[in-house]
Amino acid sequence: MIIYRFDGSFDGLLTAVFESFARKEPPDMLLAPDGALPLFYDVLHSVETDEVKARRVWTKLGKSVSAGARTALTAAFLTDNPNFPLLALRFISRAVVSTTSIENDFSDLAVLALVKEARRVRGEAHRLLQFVRFQKAVDGTYFSMVEPIFDVLPFAIKHFADRFSDQPFIIYDRLRDYGYHHDGDEVRRITLKSDGYHLSTGRLSEEMMDPDEPLYQELWRSYVKHIAIAERTNPRKQRADMPVRYWKYLTEMQ
Amino acid sequence: MTEATLEKLKILAEAAKYDVSCSSSGTVRRNAGKGVGNTVGGVGICHSFAADGRCIALLKVMLTNYCMYDCAYCINRRSNDIPRATLSVSEVVDITMEFYRRNYIEGLFLSSGVVRNPDYTMERLARIAKDLREVHRFNGYIHLKSIPGASRELVDEAGHYADRMSVNIEIPREQSLKFLAPEKDHKSVYEPMSYIRQGVLQCEEDKKRMRHVPRFVPAGQSTQMIVGASPDTDRDILLTSSALYGMPTMRRVYYSGYVSVNAYDNRLPALKQPPLVRENRLYQADWLMRFYKFKAEEITDESNPNLDLEVDPKLGWALRHPEAFPVDINRAPYEMILRVPGIGVKSATLIVNARRYRHLNSSHLSKIGVAMKRAKYFITCGELTVASIADTSPEYVRRILTERRTKRDNPLQLSFDFT
Repeated sequence: MIIYRFDGSFDGLLTAVFESFARKEPPDMLLAPDGALPLFYDVLHSVETDEVKARRVWTKLGKSVSAGARTALTAAFLTDNPNFPLLALRFISRAVVSTTSIENDFSDLAVLALVKEARRVRGEAHRLLQFVRFQKAVDGTYFSMVEPIFDVLPFAIKHFADRFSDQPFIIYDRLRDYGYHHDGDEVRRITLKSDGYHLSTGRLSEEMMDPDEPLYQELWRSYVKHIAIAERTNPRKQRADMPVRYWKYLTEMQ
Repeated sequence: MTEATLEKLKILAEAAKYDVSCSSSGTVRRNAGKGVGNTVGGVGICHSFAADGRCIALLKVMLTNYCMYDCAYCINRRSNDIPRATLSVSEVVDITMEFYRRNYIEGLFLSSGVVRNPDYTMERLARIAKDLREVHRFNGYIHLKSIPGASRELVDEAGHYADRMSVNIEIPREQSLKFLAPEKDHKSVYEPMSYIRQGVLQCEEDKKRMRHVPRFVPAGQSTQMIVGASPDTDRDILLTSSALYGMPTMRRVYYSGYVSVNAYDNRLPALKQPPLVRENRLYQADWLMRFYKFKAEEITDESNPNLDLEVDPKLGWALRHPEAFPVDINRAPYEMILRVPGIGVKSATLIVNARRYRHLNSSHLSKIGVAMKRAKYFITCGELTVASIADTSPEYVRRILTERRTKRDNPLQLSFDFT
């Protein structure tokens, strides 16, 4: 069994593809740094991430598949499926040697995995667009805390910057401890240092809130309550469409 | 903005909740310069889900629930003794903007009871849309109800600010409508619909000749029919929808299972529960017409004017037409693959793409996402599988496919997705 170990980065994956061609040995396993080794194996090769090699593979891939497939690959790479890096390596390896595009060959496991994982990750990015809730602070900044299961905040931030272009806001990913601050003109990546109330709960404290904020929150909560038709109560559907892991930061669910 | 607004919003949300439409898709509105908001197009964004599982994408609210009409099926009919309220123009605008800025909603869905006369009401709806667009430079989604009987000039004015407009048919056959709502007729519904249609077509015509043409209802119109309040059959409903979809600009027809709100009125059937399964079957039939290339006449026929509540309409069609199966996955045209129960639009697209690379077998199909449990009776892919519907009988397949479902859960409690 041939095992490659890479640093878990996207460039690392592309370098692994390059080296599997250079060494003429496709790996049977592609391990992230924290992946456990099996008991028996023949070769263990550590892939040193090399930007030049990665760039060459990326460019070649661009000639073999459509731009859409390449972006799908970057999205799917954020998945938590531990088998995905190997499938992605197989996808790229097959794509770059094929004379025709293989991206529609959905009976190939690697192609299918790419489609499915990209859909999962993009679904999570879409849920950010749905379930981010801002609270207005005294200084006029709108604050929101999120905990997406994948690191998809960078996918969503453009949407918010365009939509709320005239309002300063912060969206903060608590799990990965970084966020974006939009000051009305440009977006900057930030890490909040203080360990205040709003960081541990995701909610602004009374004195940090804009004076009108509690009223609008109350309006929204009561609106959500009264728009439901009691005769049709269907909590299963509600949970299916609005996963419970989001409820923590949803104004209407508090 | 005070506590009184809170009370009013409660009453008017209660009044608006029977309107089904919630979509925020169908058009793109960019945020040029320093306006507020954008409309993304493509799939809409649902911001929350209420306890009944329906999505909340737009602030669905009525301007007022006072109404001069007395339609039997409506909670807001004038003879009902319920709390009434009216929001002012500035209150609606303010709530919309503040909710939007907190990412609670995609925009506004504004409807109203008819007060004084249709024109007076329509004018106020148009005023709110105009305020949002011109004073607040709001680029979010605006869905306006067109008030039956409003004059053409007002519909034209409203159409320049709204993304979508709608007029509800409510009851598919005119004689049933006359019976339940003697003050209304189909003319009062179809006339504003045709104003909207003509406005959109005129706008498209102008675009060919002029460079800057103001937009007019870019996301088209929608309508809604109540299911179960009148004796109309599913066939009546589906034929009406099919005719509506034939009309340019009609994007969606919604179905609303009748909730017995005015139980005292004996013109209405006494329903213990809203007909949720029937409503679900109608939505499935609607999907068949819009995405699966079915015709309304195929989904129901004269001998069975109502949809089968036990099996979905696509399976129902397949069971009535065993001669069309089995379908060869590797050779059949896309349209036939779409007709196989257990294969949806997504899987069908994947299949026709993937089969150009290699011969597909059943393990490929289940990995692609085909529901083989149902599909296996209707397909062939060059390997020995279970006996297809052509080898056995429709009754046999029907029994197998409905057996487990009836055992496991109550058919009246299906959960479904109608967004």
